[in-house]
Amino acid sequence: MSDPGKKHVAGQEPDNSDAVVNIDPAGSSSRISDSAVKNHGIPVLQVRDLSVDFGVEKKWVPAAIKLNYEVHSGEVLAIVGESGSGKSASSMAILGLLPENSRVTGSVLLNGEEILNATGAKLRRIRGRDVAVIFQEPMTALNPVYTVGFQIVETLRLHNEISPDEARVRAIRMLELVELPDPEKAFKSYPHQLSGGQRQRAMIAQSLSCDPKLLIADEPTTALDVTVQAEILDLMRNLRNKLNSAIVLITHDMGVVADLSDRIAVMRKGLIVETGTADEIFNRPQHPYTQDLLAAVPHLGQGSVEGADVDVTAALASVTARDVSGVDPVELARREEENRRALAATREASTAQHGAAVLELTNVAIEYPKQGRVPAFRAVEGANLSIYPGQVVGLVGESGSGKTTVGRAALGLLPVAEGTLHVVGEDITHATRKDLRALRQKVGMVFQDPSSSLNPRLPIGESIGEPMFLAKVAKGADLQKRIETLLDQVELPRSYRNRYPHELSGGQKQRVGIARALSLRPELLVADEPTSALDVSVQAKVLDLLQQLQDEMKFACLFVTHDLAVVDYLSDRIVVMQRGKIVEQGTRDEILRNPKEPYTQRLLAAVPLPDPEKQRERRELREQLLAVGTE
Amino acid sequence: MEDAEAVKGLSQGQIVLKRFFGHNAAVVSMIVFALVLILVFSSQGIKLWGWINIPGWWHYSYSDTPAMVNGGAPTVSGPFSWGDHPFGQDRVGRDMFAMTMRGAQLSIIVMFTIGVIGAFVGVVIGALSGYFRGWIEAILMRFTDIVIIIPVIVLAAVLGTVASNAGSGTTVVNADGSITVSKSWIDLMFGWLQQNFGVVLLGTFLGLVIWTNMARLVRGEFLTLREREFVDAAQIAGASSTRIIFKHILPNALGVIIVNTTLLMSSAILLEAGLSYLGFGVKPPDTSLGVLVSQNQESFSTRPWLFWWPGLFIVLICLCINFIGDGLRDAFDPRQKKFSSKAVERREQKAAAKQHKTLVPAGDGTGTGA
Repeated sequence: MSDPGKKHVAGQEPDNSDAVVNIDPAGSSSRISDSAVKNHGIPVLQVRDLSVDFGVEKKWVPAAIKLNYEVHSGEVLAIVGESGSGKSASSMAILGLLPENSRVTGSVLLNGEEILNATGAKLRRIRGRDVAVIFQEPMTALNPVYTVGFQIVETLRLHNEISPDEARVRAIRMLELVELPDPEKAFKSYPHQLSGGQRQRAMIAQSLSCDPKLLIADEPTTALDVTVQAEILDLMRNLRNKLNSAIVLITHDMGVVADLSDRIAVMRKGLIVETGTADEIFNRPQHPYTQDLLAAVPHLGQGSVEGADVDVTAALASVTARDVSGVDPVELARREEENRRALAATREASTAQHGAAVLELTNVAIEYPKQGRVPAFRAVEGANLSIYPGQVVGLVGESGSGKTTVGRAALGLLPVAEGTLHVVGEDITHATRKDLRALRQKVGMVFQDPSSSLNPRLPIGESIGEPMFLAKVAKGADLQKRIETLLDQVELPRSYRNRYPHELSGGQKQRVGIARALSLRPELLVADEPTSALDVSVQAKVLDLLQQLQDEMKFACLFVTHDLAVVDYLSDRIVVMQRGKIVEQGTRDEILRNPKEPYTQRLLAAVPLPDPEKQRERRELREQLLAVGTE
Repeated sequence: MEDAEAVKGLSQGQIVLKRFFGHNAAVVSMIVFALVLILVFSSQGIKLWGWINIPGWWHYSYSDTPAMVNGGAPTVSGPFSWGDHPFGQDRVGRDMFAMTMRGAQLSIIVMFTIGVIGAFVGVVIGALSGYFRGWIEAILMRFTDIVIIIPVIVLAAVLGTVASNAGSGTTVVNADGSITVSKSWIDLMFGWLQQNFGVVLLGTFLGLVIWTNMARLVRGEFLTLREREFVDAAQIAGASSTRIIFKHILPNALGVIIVNTTLLMSSAILLEAGLSYLGFGVKPPDTSLGVLVSQNQESFSTRPWLFWWPGLFIVLICLCINFIGDGLRDAFDPRQKKFSSKAVERREQKAAAKQHKTLVPAGDGTGTGA
């Protein structure tokens, strides 16, 4: 227990019940990290043999199996895993926050005191005061009928005997600490009056109000936009240095982990497969699963297989004419130069427009019509955009930027208020239902949420075949044959034809969605965040498949996403949207190597990199960028 | 990731069925209800609508008036010694068993008619307003509101009277003071219906009153389902509104519809009983459970069995239908699942003991396989 810089690879031990600390004799001395050196004494949180089971269908199903880890004060332990790996369940079990049908065994020591399965009164004392939690959704985690200030004061006065005035002073100090622009105003605001990022800050202020010894952050940035995510991560880093609490960070995003954590535990199917310092995990991953996980994360600037890598950091540095401390200026200059050369090369190589545009938006404005007393809302304004045959255009923007609206309008699902919209050579600005029905044989769409986009009552074969059946392209045995071909194309077994959506995993469902969208061999495919609901490793496979199909079938594709790394992987051109307007568009290299608009620069700088060293560079650059913005 | 856990898939329907059969109360109710149906329809025979006439095995009909036995008290004294009048006789000597069976028959027929008609109207109105929204929704839902604000029992009483008087024509006082009955073709049609399908006509009218709840529920369900992405997907595939409503949305709303229909049926049997009790439903000499209770209410203190048996059947049928509805709701809603950790531990212990037993006689010294 005395050596927290331990290395423990599960799976090499057949029975690890007492092999809690497995010091790697060869590398332990060199692998003790800085944080490990400064942390001695008893850890804040010590988890021993923690197992969580859920009762499903009259059986116990394990969600977490014999977990062992510990966190010292001032240290950040990241628990990384894909959905269903048991990372959240095990952390909620520490606080006794699991539903009735669960069973928790093992031991959890908080400052040496057993808190697992403690009594209600004891748990209530611990919750909020000693252990605080930051939840994923700030909107649902804050009570909408009380002001932010009231909720912080409530937490403070539950655990401390202080007067309301004193609590108020302390609450405002907390709001200052989390860098809210106007703490007095935020104190009096209701949650809905704050933006997503501000709400998350308020949430953090509330959880930190009683100086917890342990902070559990359950996917604290997943629901936020990239730029906001970067801000919250900055805040958490600052706070960690100020407060010296122990932090358990639960996430699926390797980028977030790289930025913040000292040690990382990788979970898979209820087991911790590997633990180590951030440096070890990112640079010398031992377990094959960790290696796969790291390989699957799409890196911004890495591009597709044949495309040359783009050094985004260098690009940003050159655009903003800044130095990155810690990086040799000569080295950086070399990287910038390389960037410029590559950009020039692609400019020459980029051929002129080929053929007529598949999708053409000219000064398009799209409105959501007024409903009752809610006035009409203009979601998109003055959009100009063309897609040519065989081109993949990535449409990037944060939530509320109108990117999905453009995608849906392109298929005639939303009416156009102004401007003209041409799809597959036809003007559908004022199209009738009949026109649209004809058009829909030439377009396809892949949806964001695979579990919602397939009818749960239809076998997937029928779902795939429906467009062909309705377009009267095929019938009977011919239809079955075409369904089989499509299933082959998306690499699903033919026997899956008779299965129902709930029997498939998320990635498989998304493959079905792609097969359906491509069943009529469309000229235009709109993909609306097709990978955002998937785990990283699955996401990579689905993107590969989509790209491979695009190579084969040469359809034009409008790829809507919030994730720059995904766009970079697939697109020829990138279009950046902000608040309903297209702020910048150009080829992939133009945008990534030479972003002109400040918004694009900020967006690029905010994307976290799954590499601690590079992420540090990027972060510094981002701070400078923001400084430039405020000057 | 976890690719191909290659089990031959169960359809959604099969899963629901499996869960339903795991619900003990619902399964018991199903069996009890089936037994009640068999008893009720076989004992009195099926004598409906004039032209269907299958005699039953019970030796009295509900309209026979045999001589009084034992002062009309029930003669049943054990499960296999029923006697001549197991449920007793009423004041004029009619056999109570026969009457209860006939009453239950009519009540069940009325119940199913109300259920089917009410569910159909409710689903159609709810589906149309939920899917199309706009002015269609405004009109249909305001109409629903109007039906809702009229007390069901009043509306049902009026319609029930209309149903039972249908076809009797309009009494006209002529200029010369003579009174004649004029019958239009509508009266003739209703007269024919009333004569041949009496209770079904009553059930139809009641069904036209009771659909409002269903319409609101279905509308709500449609409002959420129409925003799901598979509806957009169907639209892009080129599906028409009819196809989207019936092929894509309705099957997904089936859970709500089935559950609500069973609950509607159990309230229907009570509505019929209430109406007949008030004298607006089934008219003597025919009988229903409500009529029996109403006719015999004065004799509750002197001959309570006249009251018990019909009451018992009302409770029995309602309970069965309610439990079946409960089971269906749980089967359609996986979140409703109950889980008892103790039961699982007990089962595990039992399994362990069983394993132990099978291993010990084998006695090859390998232990319990731990």
